[in-house]
Amino acid sequence: MDGQNQKKTGKQKAVNYAKWGYIFIIPFFVVYIIFTLVPQFLTIYNSFFETYRDGLTQIGPNFVGLDNYRAVFTPDSSGTIRILKYFANTLIMWVAGAVPQFVIAMLLAIFFTSYRLNIKGQGFFKTVIYMPNLIMAAAFSMLFFTLFNRAGPIQAILVQNGMIDQSFDFFAYKITVRGMIALMNFLMWFGNTTIVLMAGIMGIDQSLFESATIDGANSTQVFFKVTLPLLMPIFVYCLITAMIGGIQMFDVPQVLTNGKGVPDELSRTLIMYLNGYLINKNFGMAGAISVIILIITGILGGIVYRMLSAQYKAPKQKRKY
Amino acid sequence: MNKSEKGRLKLMILRVIVYIILIFLCVLCLFFFYLMVINASRSNAQLSSGFTLIPKGHFIDNLVNAWTDASINIPRGMLNSLIIALVSAVLTTYFSALTAYGIHVYDFKGKTAVFTFIMAVMMIPAQVSALGFVQMMNKMHLNNNFLPLIVPSIAAPVVFFYMKQYMESVLPLEIIDAARVDGSGEFYTFNKIVLPIMKPAIAVQMIFSFVSSWNNYFIPALLLDKAEMKTVPIMIAQLRSADYSKFDMGKVYMFILLAILPVMIVYIILSKSIIRGVTAGSVKG
Repeated sequence: MDGQNQKKTGKQKAVNYAKWGYIFIIPFFVVYIIFTLVPQFLTIYNSFFETYRDGLTQIGPNFVGLDNYRAVFTPDSSGTIRILKYFANTLIMWVAGAVPQFVIAMLLAIFFTSYRLNIKGQGFFKTVIYMPNLIMAAAFSMLFFTLFNRAGPIQAILVQNGMIDQSFDFFAYKITVRGMIALMNFLMWFGNTTIVLMAGIMGIDQSLFESATIDGANSTQVFFKVTLPLLMPIFVYCLITAMIGGIQMFDVPQVLTNGKGVPDELSRTLIMYLNGYLINKNFGMAGAISVIILIITGILGGIVYRMLSAQYKAPKQKRKY
Repeated sequence: MNKSEKGRLKLMILRVIVYIILIFLCVLCLFFFYLMVINASRSNAQLSSGFTLIPKGHFIDNLVNAWTDASINIPRGMLNSLIIALVSAVLTTYFSALTAYGIHVYDFKGKTAVFTFIMAVMMIPAQVSALGFVQMMNKMHLNNNFLPLIVPSIAAPVVFFYMKQYMESVLPLEIIDAARVDGSGEFYTFNKIVLPIMKPAIAVQMIFSFVSSWNNYFIPALLLDKAEMKTVPIMIAQLRSADYSKFDMGKVYMFILLAILPVMIVYIILSKSIIRGVTAGSVKG
């Protein structure tokens, strides 16, 4: 019987338990296949078909090959290739939020981990700066709209102080709208980055700092010659995951501008573009845009994957069943 | 002044600058939410009369008005969001731990491939398969149903990865051996011995998945259009697209406050363990 064989040799024991490995991972894979993998292929499949609604009539689905992709990259009547415009918007707003996010996070991580500075109240500071990361983006964005619109309190403060005219409108200029979106993204993410970079710095072997100091390095040299190079993997990981997050930018600009990307679609992001086609049920175009975004995230995700799996390449002697 | 005194003075100035920067950032983080709370305590007339930093006495009025609003049923939305977020949090942590355990403890053919696959798809966002997902759910008549928002949480690669890493650091395989010797079945071992050991990881991931589900807007907005099925983020977006000039602004601030309140309460109670949980699961240096 099974039980008897099990007692005889270790090798057979491993064979007997193998089926449990499959049983334990089945729920994950069944759900993943049904709710993610099949929809992913369906999305790609749709990108080769013409399917949309023209008024009340349903057009398609008709196979059109790569026509949807061609349409995505064809300039519209005003001569702009819309996907490139929205990609540029997304990129500009991401950079505007991410640069201060990483600079400040790096500074704070150094402050918090410095023995010389010995910052008190770290728990409080970390709690406050991380807080916006958990706020519902849609609600945060709605809050910004209520505060910054022409009837809102920010306008009132600035007018009272004579800094702006009553006729000023935060939602009429690309710099202010993009600025608000970048500010929200910055506030939502710098605390998170600070905490991750801090953990990275604290993970560095303390003796390296000590020997560098003994060898006569000053704190600037220690930072650039010891801390920064050793922190690089985590920094790059943070940066790329932040990029992947940036491509997904949707809730904040969608709610802030009511899906319009004011002014003149200059704050409209890639996912807002996709969302528009999904709502209009133009599945062909939505499919093509989804595939393009999938390719971009795939490239970035590939880098993250290589970094994470590098951890597992180190030979590990561990007994497995 | 000698050299060490100079150094001490320099350090003190540096410290003051650092505290000023920290306080400034904290004020920046709290300022907008402070305005929200203040404005949620003012009547519509007070709000249109200008700006103040002092709370007024209409908090309860606004709360009652928002809670009983006819067009935006916020109590229903909060209940819907709560159901989806709670069930998702339980499912995602249990099944991620189960999957991680299956790969961590057992040796089977294709195990490396399975692990590689999960790692490879980890960074793919839900938006790029949303089209096929929404199409499928519509065909299965599962739009205006919570199942498509709950069941997919069983397969969460990021949570899986976190659990896997946690197991590697805290779960000695000898315990499982010992349980087997005592005649414990495989599922019994997982549920009664492994899960209690995993408690800290499960708690942290439950909080994170609760929060991300509570805040999720993109997919629910594509699936739920019946008023009584809507979740909080959809209602907030609805507030934005409504005719703004007719709104009682005190009520609007109260809606926003209610939308973020449950997460804030959880955060205030558990901020320490939440912040500790942020770093786990990322690249080690």
